[in-house]
Amino acid sequence: MSDTQKTEGSARAPTEARGEWPLWEVFVRSKAGLDHKHCGSLHASDAAMAIQMARDVYTRRQEGTSIWVVRSEQIVASDPAEKDAYFDPMADKVYRHPTFYALPKSVDHM
Amino acid sequence: MYTQAMDTMGKTDAAEPKKPVRSAEDVAREARFEARIDAGDFIEAKDWMPEHYRRTLVRQISQHAHSEIVGMLPEGNWITRAPTLKRKAILLAKVQDEGGHGLYLYAAAETLGVSRDQMLEALHTGKAKYSSIFNYPTLTWADVGVIGWLVDGAAIMNQVPLCRCSYAPYARAMVRVCREESFHQRQGFESLLTLMQQGTDAQRAMVQDAVDRWWWPSLMMFGPPDADSPNSEQSMRWGIKRISNDALRQKFVDATADQAKVLGVTLPDPDLKWNDARQSYDFGAIDWDEFWRVVNGDGPCNRERLAERVKAWEEGAWVRDAALAYANRQALKEAA
Repeated sequence: MSDTQKTEGSARAPTEARGEWPLWEVFVRSKAGLDHKHCGSLHASDAAMAIQMARDVYTRRQEGTSIWVVRSEQIVASDPAEKDAYFDPMADKVYRHPTFYALPKSVDHM
Repeated sequence: MYTQAMDTMGKTDAAEPKKPVRSAEDVAREARFEARIDAGDFIEAKDWMPEHYRRTLVRQISQHAHSEIVGMLPEGNWITRAPTLKRKAILLAKVQDEGGHGLYLYAAAETLGVSRDQMLEALHTGKAKYSSIFNYPTLTWADVGVIGWLVDGAAIMNQVPLCRCSYAPYARAMVRVCREESFHQRQGFESLLTLMQQGTDAQRAMVQDAVDRWWWPSLMMFGPPDADSPNSEQSMRWGIKRISNDALRQKFVDATADQAKVLGVTLPDPDLKWNDARQSYDFGAIDWDEFWRVVNGDGPCNRERLAERVKAWEEGAWVRDAALAYANRQALKEAA
């Protein structure tokens, strides 16, 4: 997901120098009916400025119809170092996919 | 826009002491990292990476970002003097894009644990470099078109392979940059074509003069010859760099030589000619002394460019402080 959020067990979080505007993650919905998608981050002094800057930085060519911003430090993420142990249990459960079930051709579009 | 082979410029890095001892755990981590690189995996911000990989990327991405921001200056010089409203709107959009590209790249560098202020400090004190091309002046309106055609053209050659960089936040930023960049080159060429085909003799001479001045500096944007790029091999190995300086430069010359014919200008190189055996253009020797002079601070506009950046930063300080003070007070009010 985001590149800049703090992560439990992460090697290093971005240093925020004193006086630097806080970091925000930007999510843009490209058109009605689609999800908001993470597209980057920026510095802004408050939420209103973050929204306005996100518009200027990430939607100069009509890439969006809606913007979310959230302070980077507010995002909690899974630990990439634990990735294998955390997601592997799902690897051997092929029966969770429709393709696991062989059906006669006449009804296979089910 | 606009990287060049920044990996040749890390002279301060060379002086940094190497860690004398690595733990067994570090060695194992590094082996796993190398295996991921070999498998073509992308590396994400929170993944373990060797310190040298991190430092190389911070240097390259931040210098790339600085280049975008400093690169706004030579063209910004012509916004108020663009010949028509249409050209002015185009130029404004392009310069705004360069600012945006700088921001994408600063954000990508920040994922590596360096702050925005630290990077700007490095630029303002002259510790960090930016692309040498922006230390040349924009003397006429034709320079704006030539920057689009040649400088952005060279930048695109450089940047397209970076979309496959092993460091994912950088690669993602580059995808966005490249998508926006192609209009930059096309508007430049179209502007020059208009001058060449519909302009006066004086305007055609102005285009030729601009081409004469920008051609060699554009070739230098690809960085020193491969033989003189000692860090390139490691960057290739790590998938930070995908194509060598000389290979990219050749590709640029081949593409541009044909475009020059369409435009009706002469590229200022008597040795430029098609080599049937190589299926490429041969071209003359590049003045690398000039390149290093400009990189090391002695180009026509180095002092002016840096002074303008520092001035903008310092004169904006009260705005940054006031906005933060306002946000803090609003937060206190809401809490009360």
